[in-house]
Amino acid sequence: MASHGLEKGQSVQQLIAQSRNKKGKKIIEKSMPILLIITALISVFTTIGIVFTLIFETFEFFQRVSITDYIFGTEWMPFSGNEPTYGILPLVLGTLKVSVIAALVAVPLGIAAAIYLSEYASDKARRIIKPILEVLAGVPTIVYGFFALTFITPILQQLIPSLKIFNALSPGIVVGIMILPMVASLSEDAMSSVPNSIREGALALGATKLEVSLKVVLPAALSGIISSVVLAVSRAIGETMIVSLAGGATPRFDFNVTDSIQTMTAYIVQVSSGDAGYGTTIYYSIYAVGFTLFIFTLLMNLLAQYISKRFREEY
Amino acid sequence: MVDLKTKNENEKLIIKSPSQVDREASPSIEKSTVFETKNFDLWYGDHHALKDINLSIKENEVSAIIGPSGCGKSTYIKALNRMVELVPSARTTGEIIYRGRNIFDASYEVEELRTRVGMVFQKPNPFPKSIYDNIAYGPRIHGIKNKKILDEIVEKSLRGAAIWDEVKDRLNQNAYGLSGGQQQRICIARCLAIEPDVILMDEPTSALDPISTLKVEELVQELKDNYSIVIVTHNMQQAARISDKTAFFLNGEVVEFDNTDKIFSTPTDQRTEDYISGRFG
Amino acid sequence: MKYINNTVVMKRMKTRLNLNKIWKMIFLFATSLALLALVLLLIRIISQGTGYLNWDFLNNFGSRFPEKAGIKAALVGSFYLMLVIAPVSMFIGVGTAIYLEEYAKKNKITDFIQMNISNLAGVPSIAFGLLGLTIFVRMFALGKSILAAGFTMSLLILPVIIVAAQEAIRAVPKEQREASYGMGATKWQTITRVVLPSAIPGILTGSILALSRAVGETAPLVVLGIPVILQFLPDGLLSQFTTLPLQIFDWAKRPQEEFQYVAAAGIIVLMIFLVIMNSIAITIRNKFQKRY
Repeated sequence: MASHGLEKGQSVQQLIAQSRNKKGKKIIEKSMPILLIITALISVFTTIGIVFTLIFETFEFFQRVSITDYIFGTEWMPFSGNEPTYGILPLVLGTLKVSVIAALVAVPLGIAAAIYLSEYASDKARRIIKPILEVLAGVPTIVYGFFALTFITPILQQLIPSLKIFNALSPGIVVGIMILPMVASLSEDAMSSVPNSIREGALALGATKLEVSLKVVLPAALSGIISSVVLAVSRAIGETMIVSLAGGATPRFDFNVTDSIQTMTAYIVQVSSGDAGYGTTIYYSIYAVGFTLFIFTLLMNLLAQYISKRFREEY
Repeated sequence: MVDLKTKNENEKLIIKSPSQVDREASPSIEKSTVFETKNFDLWYGDHHALKDINLSIKENEVSAIIGPSGCGKSTYIKALNRMVELVPSARTTGEIIYRGRNIFDASYEVEELRTRVGMVFQKPNPFPKSIYDNIAYGPRIHGIKNKKILDEIVEKSLRGAAIWDEVKDRLNQNAYGLSGGQQQRICIARCLAIEPDVILMDEPTSALDPISTLKVEELVQELKDNYSIVIVTHNMQQAARISDKTAFFLNGEVVEFDNTDKIFSTPTDQRTEDYISGRFG
Repeated sequence: MKYINNTVVMKRMKTRLNLNKIWKMIFLFATSLALLALVLLLIRIISQGTGYLNWDFLNNFGSRFPEKAGIKAALVGSFYLMLVIAPVSMFIGVGTAIYLEEYAKKNKITDFIQMNISNLAGVPSIAFGLLGLTIFVRMFALGKSILAAGFTMSLLILPVIIVAAQEAIRAVPKEQREASYGMGATKWQTITRVVLPSAIPGILTGSILALSRAVGETAPLVVLGIPVILQFLPDGLLSQFTTLPLQIFDWAKRPQEEFQYVAAAGIIVLMIFLVIMNSIAITIRNKFQKRY
């Protein structure tokens, strides 16, 4: 048996002892955690980087534009040569129009799909539908934007003749389609985590599936569903390409959804695609708008986390 | 008895573990101590899991540890190779002397200890690798790369764990394809591959069917010729069948530690008698 | 006296059962609307774009004339961009995941890093563009290069990769690690020889999905000021370049109708690209499903 390899009388432990205490092994063992901490800190630095970049450049912006004019101003006309005005409200309103329309599309459809998937669908149906939702979630936003501009808008124009080429309705609907998978899958997660014993309790009393879904499962999963909606709306607020392509570039302070609008994100894209010189007020304005956008989405994300933590059901 | 066995080994074994070499140099009837536990206490956070343990574990014996669940028997065996340290809240006082050195000494490298003190776990836990790679894992991490030596170690270890004939034709297959009992013997073989001095077994048969259990028990009997074995078991019959010494743990304390025959026939402590006669646990 | 009148119950039963049926259809209909949207989108784009999809389209540079416009520079640019994003984001992402799962103690700092990652995932992509513009394009003076865009995109998909890698690492059973430590393996040996080999399929699947998101992403690149029409191929990581989504964005904005067809053709290529990446990810996921 030991005709080759191990010499007679040589034990594995002796071989191990020979190769022990190699310097390299110890150095790796000590240095890897440090390297890994550094990689872990990169994500922290990214956040810090985003916040500080936005704050510094926004600060520069407010050296030139009054902060009250910015927050309360109802006119956003940075390109008017003589007297540019920087009132953020029209951009905020544009963003809100699109987000509200998107939520009106995504919330009912998304929750309905979640109820169907979690309470009614057979395993087979679920295996077909869920990947399709995943694909829908993976479609690049530029594709959705193109779809809104060249397909949804013309169809809507047939229904509403006064609808302009650029408007809030069409991108709103398409943003709704985009965030629908998010609402559906996160809500479904929340509903499927409601234990079966609770369902069985209601079913055993003769409740129909509908009654179980609406009166037992939905209330039990409510915090998860609400936080999924908040997250999805936050995504809609930050959505850029769809509104840039189909929303237009006309910031306006009204509640009209058939006219061209401009969202915060679309403004940043508009300035970036043009050639706003470095150091001009317009250049700094995209950071101010970006910062405003960041605060909106951050608040919504924190709200979603708070809801799902604070109201988590204990089963 | 002991002399006879030593003689036997000389003929049978080509590769010797250091403990055997030691023994040959100074043959004596009195078995030497492997683990000496002195005033050992262990806490998980606030929970006092082991209280003032004093035990000595001898070479080439099977020492069984029995007791109701939660009595600290698994914790104790995991202290012997410092696996308890994987639980962040674990804290210890007292000493466990392994062959003359306190294993909790700051200078004692835990990897070195575990190289000498192998462990077989409750649930078979082979790696999702080939059978060969499972066995070669230990030698490889310790720097043995020579293919011929590895081949030899793999064969010897699988033979040692009495599973060579069952798997010799499929060494490259994933160990997960084997039955639970075979997986556990693979894990024992994996442990043998670095020729440890002591093998700790933490309820090694609790996840196995009766036939696989029997095979593992037979294996333990064979292994004790070359290794010192500490086995935790919830099964009193098993302890009676395979061990030389038995320790009865209760609520983190050693109630009684003696020869197995004595523990199971004439225990000195009333609680031991209650337990082995099935009045609780 | 009985409190429950059986005839009333039976009468109501019928309405309740019908209601259940009707709502089931409504739920199904709502679900199918999502599927309908996807089908419409695909049909629409394929019917618009296939006419322009040919070898010249793949092999031409951008042009003012729709029939001469092509995506050569954009395809190559997207590919180069991936060559930067994949190693950078995976190195940082997997490193972070290993740290958080294997090394980090449970304390406030770890909680903070973890919370930071989940918040970073919710930051709009355009904000990453602003970060990249200030830090990489200007401060590090990388210009509108592949490297600047690659770093920006790596940070964008970092949270996705970290979370996917964390889940994959967490799915490796504790017993596997114990077995390795029990043999006297060091922590790093256990990570590289036991944990990572088991976790790698999950890590790869998550990373490829994240990469495919980066490939389709447009907004941060617009903010960085990446040019749209280029008549040359990049010759290094500091070279200027353009990408497929940017090219599509430019065409879609143009008023001439022909350019919409060109844009649709570009979208088909982009979607094929993404389908291939996703198939690879799904294949890996299915092939290496765990048997613990």
